[in-house]
Amino acid sequence: MGIEVARLKPSPARMRLGDVLRVGAVGLRTRPLRAFLSALGIAIGIAAMVGVVGLSSSSGAELDRTLSALGTNLLTVSSGTTLMGEAAQMPEDAEMMIERIGPVERASSVGKVSEAKVYRSEQIPEAQTGGISAYAASLDLPATVGATLSSGTWLNAATERYPAAVLGSVTAQRLGIGAAGVDTQIVVGGVRFTVVGILNPVALAADLDSGVLVGWPVAESRLDFDGHPTTLYTRSEEAKLESVRQVLAGTANPEAPNEVDVSRPSDALAAKQATSQAFANLLLGVGAVALLVGGVGVANTMVISVLERRAEIGLRRSLGATRGQIRTQFLAESLLLSAMGGSGGILLGMGVTMGYALYSGWPSVVPAWATVGGLVATLLIGAVAGLYPAIRASRLSPTEALSTP
Amino acid sequence: MTYPMIELTDVSRTYPGGVAALQSVSLRIRHGELAAIVGPSGSGKSTMLNVIGTLDRPTSGTVHIDGYDVSTLSDGQLSALRATTIGFVFQSFHLASKVPALDNVADGLVYTGLSRPERRRRAAAALDRVGLGHRMDHEPHELSGGERQRVAIARAVAGDPPLVLADEPTGALDSVSGTGVMELLHELNASGTTILIITHDREIAAGLPRQVRMRDGRIVSDSAAAPPSEPWPRHAGSGVA
Repeated sequence: MGIEVARLKPSPARMRLGDVLRVGAVGLRTRPLRAFLSALGIAIGIAAMVGVVGLSSSSGAELDRTLSALGTNLLTVSSGTTLMGEAAQMPEDAEMMIERIGPVERASSVGKVSEAKVYRSEQIPEAQTGGISAYAASLDLPATVGATLSSGTWLNAATERYPAAVLGSVTAQRLGIGAAGVDTQIVVGGVRFTVVGILNPVALAADLDSGVLVGWPVAESRLDFDGHPTTLYTRSEEAKLESVRQVLAGTANPEAPNEVDVSRPSDALAAKQATSQAFANLLLGVGAVALLVGGVGVANTMVISVLERRAEIGLRRSLGATRGQIRTQFLAESLLLSAMGGSGGILLGMGVTMGYALYSGWPSVVPAWATVGGLVATLLIGAVAGLYPAIRASRLSPTEALSTP
Repeated sequence: MTYPMIELTDVSRTYPGGVAALQSVSLRIRHGELAAIVGPSGSGKSTMLNVIGTLDRPTSGTVHIDGYDVSTLSDGQLSALRATTIGFVFQSFHLASKVPALDNVADGLVYTGLSRPERRRRAAAALDRVGLGHRMDHEPHELSGGERQRVAIARAVAGDPPLVLADEPTGALDSVSGTGVMELLHELNASGTTILIITHDREIAAGLPRQVRMRDGRIVSDSAAAPPSEPWPRHAGSGVA
């Protein structure tokens, strides 16, 4: 019969963290290609998500930069429609009246010359107007809307009286004109105009991009312009913008304030940004799916790893590994795998963001929450993917595992 | 020592499906013995080794290893017992490929709670002990079969366990390497380690002080049914009482 000895029962030793990591890395070291490929799956998912977040943050930062350069204190007043649905008219002296509003720092106006069609030359058939409008513009317009010239000069007190035109960026493209010059002429309302300047795209007054701008006097004398402004651009003190906004319609057209549309173009830019944000969210969803697929890849790798390494599991059990230690080993392997993929993906996503931002001239921004969130997501995925295989490994009977060839 | 190294009492192990691998086996092995369990394949000797090595639990009967009743120990406690008390040597070595001999041996101590430098120090000492002090940096594929088994033996004894269980340690080796391994096991036994060798090779078994023969899950003969310290023959001694 057995002799019972009163002795302390043996208790398993705790593994140090360094040993846990070293043992967890065994599988990755012995099958580096497989580890690399399944980490790559995670990396692609994380890179997609970090890239999407990075790009949309960068373009947001770019918008902020643009807005602060363009200013958000621009209000435009345009002649809307009458109650009957006809085009309304603003009084000829609307610009002067608006300039009398205290906080308004500057006001400029353009008047659309609807009868004047624009052609490259007299040879172009009349029907091919190219969607280009002619505007009479006041001389201080560029300063008010923040327009700059890519070529040539803006109108001045002399040229505004003569057939001289400044083209919007889109107009120049449509007419095939690369640079302003004395020899460059276009036909506006049947009259030859010399192109003296070409504008850069005007972010806050996109209408002007597809327009031809001529002087107010020449429009009246040569193009039958009625002298009524169609759009007024105003810059006001930022703090009093709302008050200005409220009185603007009544001031511009005291007889029929309801026929006037007042808008703030920087709002439109921000709205455009919000739209692209919605699109970015969709892409983020696609990235999440990629990440999920990567997680399935890791789970698959881990299941195969456990199946292949039954003998090793048996050996480790015979060397004194507890079930918990076997479980920890495979969980650590899965976590290492996904952490590798995750950090690689974050670097990749940051690289893509920086590359694209550099290419587009944007400031490159990758929010900290995206990096931290990405890493947390990978670790979660690693834990979930590794849990089942790890439990399976730990439940393996040592004798069965050892008998595997 | 007041208790035997190994004590099996009426141990049976029945596998699902009704196969009885061990049938009411009783066996005592004292500290410091060198014994062979010999029998044809299917005789239950591997099951016996698994039960003694606490890798498998008996269906009935009691198993005492180094004085501990295995049935009273939890899985974790059994693991600790294996880590500190039992060294295993397998027929197929079970060495990690692409890992130098020194680390193969040192990693075998990872579950003992020793620090890494201490594990490596002991591994180097164990490799010296098995005569492979000059091969520590070699990976398994650079070693001969006999050398690989020596590395495996070094891993089994690096933690200085009082009991070494060897399952067909020479089964995968040619006769020269096999003889070398057996000599090594003899040396280890001479320094005090209890060694139990499982083999189907009668010649190897014959070279050991004690042979336990098995067939069909039962012990059919035991060359030392009495403890080896008792005078031969055993029948005379017990007859008097």
